[in-house]
Amino acid sequence: MSQSEVKLLEVKEVEKIFGVKVGAFEKKDLHALNRVSFDIYKGKTLSLVGESGCGKTTVGKVILGLYQATKGEVIFRDRDIAKLTPSQRGDIQKDIQMIFQDPYSSLNPRKKIKTILEQPLKIHTNMTKEQRKEAILLLCDDVGIDYSYLERYPHQFSGGQRQRIAIARAMILKPELILADEPISALDVSIQAQILNLMMDLQEKYHATMLFITHDISVVKHISDYIAVMYLGEIVEYASKKELFANPKHPYTKMLFSTVPDIHTPLATESVLKTGEIQSPIDLPQGCFFQNRCQYKEESCMQTHPELYDSGENHLVRCPIVLQKVGIK
Amino acid sequence: MALLEVKNLKTHFFTRNGVVKSVDGSSFSIEKGEILGIVGESGAGKSITGFSILGLIDSPGRIVEGEINFDGKDLIKLSENELQKIRGDEISMIFQDPQTSLNPVITIGEQMMEAILYHKKGVSKKAAYEACVEILKTVGLPAARKRMKSYPHQLSGGMKQRVVIAMALLNNPKLLIADEPTTALDVTIQAQILYLMKKLSQEFHSALILITHDIAVVSQLCDKIAVMYAGRIVEYGSKEDIIFNPLHPYTKGLIECLPKLNDEKKRLYQIPGIMPSLLGLPQGCYFKNRCEFSDDECDTYPLQQEINGRIVFCHKVK
Ligand SMILES: Nc1ncnc2c1ncn2[C@@H]1O[C@H](COP(=O)(O)OP(=O)(O)OP(=O)(O)O)[C@@H](O)[C@H]1O
Ligand SMILES: Nc1ncnc2c1ncn2[C@@H]1O[C@H](COP(=O)(O)OP(=O)(O)O)[C@@H](O)[C@H]1O
Ligand code: SF4
Ligand code: SF4
Ligand SMILES: [Mg+2]
Ligand SMILES: [Mg+2]
Repeated sequence: MSQSEVKLLEVKEVEKIFGVKVGAFEKKDLHALNRVSFDIYKGKTLSLVGESGCGKTTVGKVILGLYQATKGEVIFRDRDIAKLTPSQRGDIQKDIQMIFQDPYSSLNPRKKIKTILEQPLKIHTNMTKEQRKEAILLLCDDVGIDYSYLERYPHQFSGGQRQRIAIARAMILKPELILADEPISALDVSIQAQILNLMMDLQEKYHATMLFITHDISVVKHISDYIAVMYLGEIVEYASKKELFANPKHPYTKMLFSTVPDIHTPLATESVLKTGEIQSPIDLPQGCFFQNRCQYKEESCMQTHPELYDSGENHLVRCPIVLQKVGIK
Repeated sequence: MALLEVKNLKTHFFTRNGVVKSVDGSSFSIEKGEILGIVGESGAGKSITGFSILGLIDSPGRIVEGEINFDGKDLIKLSENELQKIRGDEISMIFQDPQTSLNPVITIGEQMMEAILYHKKGVSKKAAYEACVEILKTVGLPAARKRMKSYPHQLSGGMKQRVVIAMALLNNPKLLIADEPTTALDVTIQAQILYLMKKLSQEFHSALILITHDIAVVSQLCDKIAVMYAGRIVEYGSKEDIIFNPLHPYTKGLIECLPKLNDEKKRLYQIPGIMPSLLGLPQGCYFKNRCEFSDDECDTYPLQQEINGRIVFCHKVK
């Protein structure tokens, strides 16, 4: 974390617990987020990486106000917004926008593209009709939407085109922070590259800050400045992109790297894959959450839950065993 | 002789808006113990190719031309009755959506036993039960015996997919068709399942057709690769040729636009535009409007060329 970087948003010790039914009469706590902390710096991209169900979307929804945190703080413009709904957030609401995973369900099917893009301007600005039109046309050029699209409905577009429209909707208010939740995973490979390039271009042009949520570690190489790796509702490793790719430390991060399909590496071998099941966020184990899948596990991993520990230069790792091996702890 | 040889297969759908040529002249073959990958983007015709082999094309669709020679018989000429005996026995398929392969209200054990007892009349219930437990162990399902009594919704995505694979392998098929078997799974679980499929195809000497949009997955698993675009195979050859020396501009683009772990470059290579709708195909080469090499010659559809055993359809490949 270099001194020159300015924090735009701070997530501090955020917990999110959902009550879920586990039988006809029994309700249990599902720990979706466990003491999650990170900072997002102005103009930078932080990527949250992890597998399905690890809590990535939940983080995004807490920041957006769609979920209220059970505990902890989210500091934006000197205010704690962790427990505020969007409507309680006043002015702040328009400065944080989200692009959702599924381009099919995230756009209202009964509204023309024009209306979808104009609505936020009507609600949050006092632009005239002419100014709104101007703003929409300018943005169409930026995201590669043909003007003729504006009169059409979402179902008339392909997944990639819809995602462009969703990006336009998120950008129209020039938000300070964009939360992009798996914005390309529902798209075809040849379209993924187009959308990823578009997002990088827009970020550069508008100096926006981004939280990029993905399960695909090969994508984050191109888009991130910092990366946080999540597992079962907590951050297990955090570092700058350069440092994480050069020197992944946590056993889960290493497993992720070795299993990403890549044309230049052979299929992962049996030893990497000899692993147990993912634990459930309902009955979290004592000790390290990754213990059943970890090939470096020792006796102590089953007793004490490891803390995030700075292994130097703000490279945080939640695993005392690997840190001991490199002589840090 | 190849275990499966598909020749000039055409599967068309006769819709109100016109004829959708989902598969339009595909030819490929697969030997015992071999793994063939079919790649392409959504709507390219991959699944319909798989369904055609199994005779699972419903109206308004129909196989209009071609041969599907499997183990000495042309499957297109067989009756529905004869095909039913082959499906789930000599040829089985893992469908794109695991939900469709598992009945939500029947236990895993009952569904699996039914699949054995339908095809193997002489087998006792007890023997079938034990065979199911065995195969669940083979696919690495934790607590296999206990899981026989589970309902599908009690399993995670990765566990369900293991059960689906186990069911497909129950009768020791000669050919397994797997349609996006790991797309819904996380990379760590995907790697486990792919490893398992590779190991099983080696152990059982069965042939495998892997259908996916992910060219990196195909490169890790397959011996041969067919690249489909808008209903047609545009390039077909050995894995080495297709991945490390692609000749067709579309194949080249697909490989080039992959994010790479060892790449410092920020922007990704991108293929412009989108695949045309099968109801609005351009005159000439279907890739024309996205291809950086296209010129007037491309206004006619390129003929098939064979270059050192690889098939490619492109005017500019000489
Ligand atoms: N509204 C809710 N009620 C109950 N449980 C929930 C709710 N929303 C999320 N969860 C649970 O919280 C955990 C984290 O969910 P989240 O959607 O954030 O995961 P994710 O990492 O985004 O996964 P995916 O990539 O599959 O979307 C999961 O176990 C999920 O089932
Ligand atoms: N029942 C149907 N009626 C009309 N068109 C169909 C039908 N099923 C598939 N198609 C079309 O056939 C093409 C190929 O489909 P499919 O093989 O499912 O693609 P994918 O490569 O994604 O698996 C698509 O354009 C699809 O719309
Ligand atoms: S604490 Fe132990 S179980 Fe957890 S990741 Fe480290 S070595 Fe593995
Ligand atoms: S035939 Fe022409 S348009 Fe088609 S791929 Fe070859 S060069 Fe491109
Ligand atoms: Mg999610
Ligand atoms: Mg399909």
